[in-house]
Amino acid sequence: MASQVVPHEEVVTLKHHFANDEQQLDASTIGMWVFLVTEIMFFGGLFLAYFAYRQAYPAAFASASNKTNLWLGAANTTVLICSSLTMAMAVHSASLGKRTLLVLFLILTLILGGVFLGVKAYEYHDKWVHHEVPGAHFDCEGCDDAGHAPLFFSLYFGMTGLHATHMLVGFVILSIIIVQASRGKFTAKWYTPVEMFGLYWHFVDIVWIFLFPLLYLIDRSHTGLK
Amino acid sequence: MITAPAPVKETKNYLNAQTGLKSWLLTGDHKRIAVMYLIVVTAFFALGGVFASLIRLELATPAGDLMESNQYNKVFTMHGVLMVFFFLIPSIPATLGNFLIPLMIGAKDLAFPKINLLSWYIYMLGGVFTLYVLLTGGVDTGWTFYTPFSTSYSNGYVVAAGLGIFINGFSAILTGLNFIVTIHRMRAPGLTWFRLPLFVWAHYATSAIMILGTPVVAVTLFLLVLERGLHIGFFDPAYGGDPVLFQHLFWFYSHPAVYIMILPSMGVISEVISTFSSKKPFGYTFIAFSSVAIAVFGFLVWGHHLFVAGQSIYAGLVFSILSYVVAIPSAIKVFNWAATMYKGRVRLETPMLYALGFIGLFTVGGLTGIFLSSLGMDVHLTDTYFVVAHFHYVMVGGALLGYLAGLHFWWPKIFGRMYSQVWSKVSAALVFVGFNLTFFPQFLLGYMGMPRRYHVYPPEFQVFNVLSSAGASVLALGLILPAIYLTWSLKHGAIASANPWGATGLEWQTSSPPISENFEVTPVVTTEAYDYSTVPQEVVHVG
Amino acid sequence: MTMEPKSFQLFPESASNFAPTVDGLYTYMVVVSAFFSLLVAFLIIFFAIKYRARPGQGVPKPVDEHSIGGMILEIAWSVIPLGLSLVMFAWGASIMFSESRPPKDAINIYVTGKRWMWKIQHMEGAREINELHVPVGRNVRLTMTSEDVIHDFFVPAFRTKADVLPGRYTTEWFRPTQVGTYHIFCAEYCGTKHSGMIGWVHVLSAEDYDKWLAQGSGEGSMAEGGESLFNQLGCANCHVKGGHGRAPNLYGAFGTKVDLSDGTSVRFDESYTRESILYPQAKIVAGYDKIMPTFKGLISDEGMLKLIEYIKSLGDPNGVVPGRNLPSEPSDIQKTGPMAAPMSETKAPATVSKTSAATGKQQ
Repeated sequence: MASQVVPHEEVVTLKHHFANDEQQLDASTIGMWVFLVTEIMFFGGLFLAYFAYRQAYPAAFASASNKTNLWLGAANTTVLICSSLTMAMAVHSASLGKRTLLVLFLILTLILGGVFLGVKAYEYHDKWVHHEVPGAHFDCEGCDDAGHAPLFFSLYFGMTGLHATHMLVGFVILSIIIVQASRGKFTAKWYTPVEMFGLYWHFVDIVWIFLFPLLYLIDRSHTGLK
Repeated sequence: MITAPAPVKETKNYLNAQTGLKSWLLTGDHKRIAVMYLIVVTAFFALGGVFASLIRLELATPAGDLMESNQYNKVFTMHGVLMVFFFLIPSIPATLGNFLIPLMIGAKDLAFPKINLLSWYIYMLGGVFTLYVLLTGGVDTGWTFYTPFSTSYSNGYVVAAGLGIFINGFSAILTGLNFIVTIHRMRAPGLTWFRLPLFVWAHYATSAIMILGTPVVAVTLFLLVLERGLHIGFFDPAYGGDPVLFQHLFWFYSHPAVYIMILPSMGVISEVISTFSSKKPFGYTFIAFSSVAIAVFGFLVWGHHLFVAGQSIYAGLVFSILSYVVAIPSAIKVFNWAATMYKGRVRLETPMLYALGFIGLFTVGGLTGIFLSSLGMDVHLTDTYFVVAHFHYVMVGGALLGYLAGLHFWWPKIFGRMYSQVWSKVSAALVFVGFNLTFFPQFLLGYMGMPRRYHVYPPEFQVFNVLSSAGASVLALGLILPAIYLTWSLKHGAIASANPWGATGLEWQTSSPPISENFEVTPVVTTEAYDYSTVPQEVVHVG
Repeated sequence: MTMEPKSFQLFPESASNFAPTVDGLYTYMVVVSAFFSLLVAFLIIFFAIKYRARPGQGVPKPVDEHSIGGMILEIAWSVIPLGLSLVMFAWGASIMFSESRPPKDAINIYVTGKRWMWKIQHMEGAREINELHVPVGRNVRLTMTSEDVIHDFFVPAFRTKADVLPGRYTTEWFRPTQVGTYHIFCAEYCGTKHSGMIGWVHVLSAEDYDKWLAQGSGEGSMAEGGESLFNQLGCANCHVKGGHGRAPNLYGAFGTKVDLSDGTSVRFDESYTRESILYPQAKIVAGYDKIMPTFKGLISDEGMLKLIEYIKSLGDPNGVVPGRNLPSEPSDIQKTGPMAAPMSETKAPATVSKTSAATGKQQ
């Protein structure tokens, strides 16, 4: 596939205001990391609220978190970790200039991301059916301290919702990158968008790695698995 | 040197490189984007100023005779929202910073020109939301949006206003991101960190606050909007939510945001004082690091806004002592600026007048901040006019005067024209006098106990309120003047040379206005910053 | 400080134990600030004149920062202000400490903020709106809550204020030192008529205060009101004396540490009482079941204060019985509670010695 590298494209990829490729790549990489820092702060506000309220209402949080579906959450965690692996493979393929493999791994990532979102949508639907969405219809059957239980679900929807929004945005960007990749836009020398998207995708994955234990796992010891 | 009534020979520069509206709206040139920001930022400032005038008019008498309470509350809210989020935060970074950082570091542009343009559009979108709020009836929560008032009781358009600020936040984030990457990676050969102008250091620290703080207020406002719309219970005690948590999250950003407003201004002042004293800033490294120190400590003092909000006294102690600590780097700067003038060659040009005014007013603003950091003192003073006076001394006396100093300093560079020296000095004097007359009486009012955000007040507070309103009209006049003579200068001002003030930065080594690519050849830096021995003597304008 | 005609003055009236010390700190800060402001202004003007540019003058030689003690100067102008401001910190902190610790012998008065009025309940039963009558020379403790948004109870003449929050209780205390009438302001923006949420504190002499209280309201004391609510809502069915019922004992419980079923403990205070009534399952006392229903929506904020006052009046183990500001007022609750009447407190005359009252010796 390396044979498909078209020489003249390398010239175009250097923007006019950069001195050289190295400077341009560095700028993109630093920029992406700085962006991820802002993302951490963005989620940070929600994590802070989670810890503050969990501290204040332990009973409500313990019982309400048992309402989440552990198995679906665990399955989704697996799906997401796999998608990070396929994404890493995609970046690796790009660095070798293997276009077909790149497209293949990107599509696999897209599919896994789609599965995640599908499962998430099912979970949301489930919560809706069981009146576990805060608001007028809220009715948490069997929750301890039901008066404070809506807070847990607000946080659950806020945190997973923000995460899912990031997944959706990633889904759209990934689709665009797949089209670009299949048209041979990326070469072994220049595949910065793939690399940057990889960082983003791993970040979103890592956020979930924190969300899963906090929302699904942490209070299971009270009631055991179910 | 100012050349006499010019034989207008247009040289090629970024302003005339392309023509037509489209060439501006789709530009990637940081200089053009800066000018676009300048225009809209000025418009928002004017709008905020109109609201300020309404406030002072209403408060000239104790009774509420100009407008209804509800209208008054909307007026001061819009004043705060427009001035804080749409003027003070973007003013220096988005205009002067945008224009100057690539020039100062010898780069052709910011690292991400398209993102730079995007951030302007995001700013405009946020502005449109806010103007929508304004036109459809306003919002009456105060710019601080305290819960549960904002979420459950306000009769204004909280959701639209919150979204406007939420969106606007991303503009600041992207600008900060762009600056950080640019300063890290785009410096000219030989331009090491400790050869950077202090303006760049200040913007580096500012950018760090923007990218770390703004997302927090964004998510906070997002939760606020959700709470208002869906009553999810986050900040509502009725669901066990904690209204004070909102205050923590809000001030975690909004206190550092004060430094977003003041740090760039300090950067401007360092440049101006140095140039008009023809001296390297005294204690360059202290000033540079004090910017970073302010950025770091600025994140640790948000709790001093909550001394009377039911926060534990031990938390209060920690926030109080940290607030004293954050004052130290500011004090260092003030003394260093004064020391820079020592044995210099001081020229009292307009930018220098503004800069000296800044030092005086910022000193008062900083020292009165010390009053509010003291727990026992704050209990009496917080939420009174003392606080209003304090933050206006910092925000107007500091941030706005710094902005005006910078605008007058770099105006010849940005537009290639000189403005009226006489009128600009008159304006600087009016602003200084008018400002003090407006806000000093408010310190006294505050200690007397007049609470802020009062539409109607007891008659014993009238004397100082009348003084304040009278001062406001002088201040307004002082601020309208620059709008006139600066606009006039665009067509009729004398043509400016490349370096009319005898300054040292790289931005003065290219033409005024600069060409689209900034420099004919990428400069190579071989000396320390502020080496005035390299400035040709004849360009130094003695006025 | 100055108490001259109201048309022009720089200090508000000084009418509480806090006022002189806050004014002292303020004066110290003004002097320090004025010194530094003038110093900076003098330096700038002096340098601007002395080193003004002259035609034909060359570029000034860079000043060797070491030759004029650059580092020493930097340290000096960092450390000296730091030292001066540490005094401000310590002074301010000590004021705050005394403000945050109401003396045990303080009169309890309950304040409920509601847009846009202050509703005040005295334990003896008197109620007032936007007016607060207090005796001169006695410690007064306000227990405050809000029915809607955040308010702030500010009395400039007393130099103190505190936020009034919905869903929890905050306190503020003072000892009026001057008979007179002073402003109450709401200092936290609360909506349309924020500036109309004002009132008056009337500081009365001891005799006038007793007379005023004696007018009463005809409703009986707050604790009595609380007791009838307690019975009406059926609390007494489970919360029986001695705690052998299905619910924990409330007699002598207020102010103690309560052990919870999850191994933690909590102080039995106003906020805990409120939470346990509205969210009974949030904190379960060790050894009891989760059987209490919620009373959310069934009790008004003022009713809640009465219940709290009643539970307080059931005694606390320190032997202090709050709710007995007037020694002369008999009440049936008094007989049931484990009484150790602190007569020294209730008899405290208006001229009570300042030091003993301020130190809160019963802590």
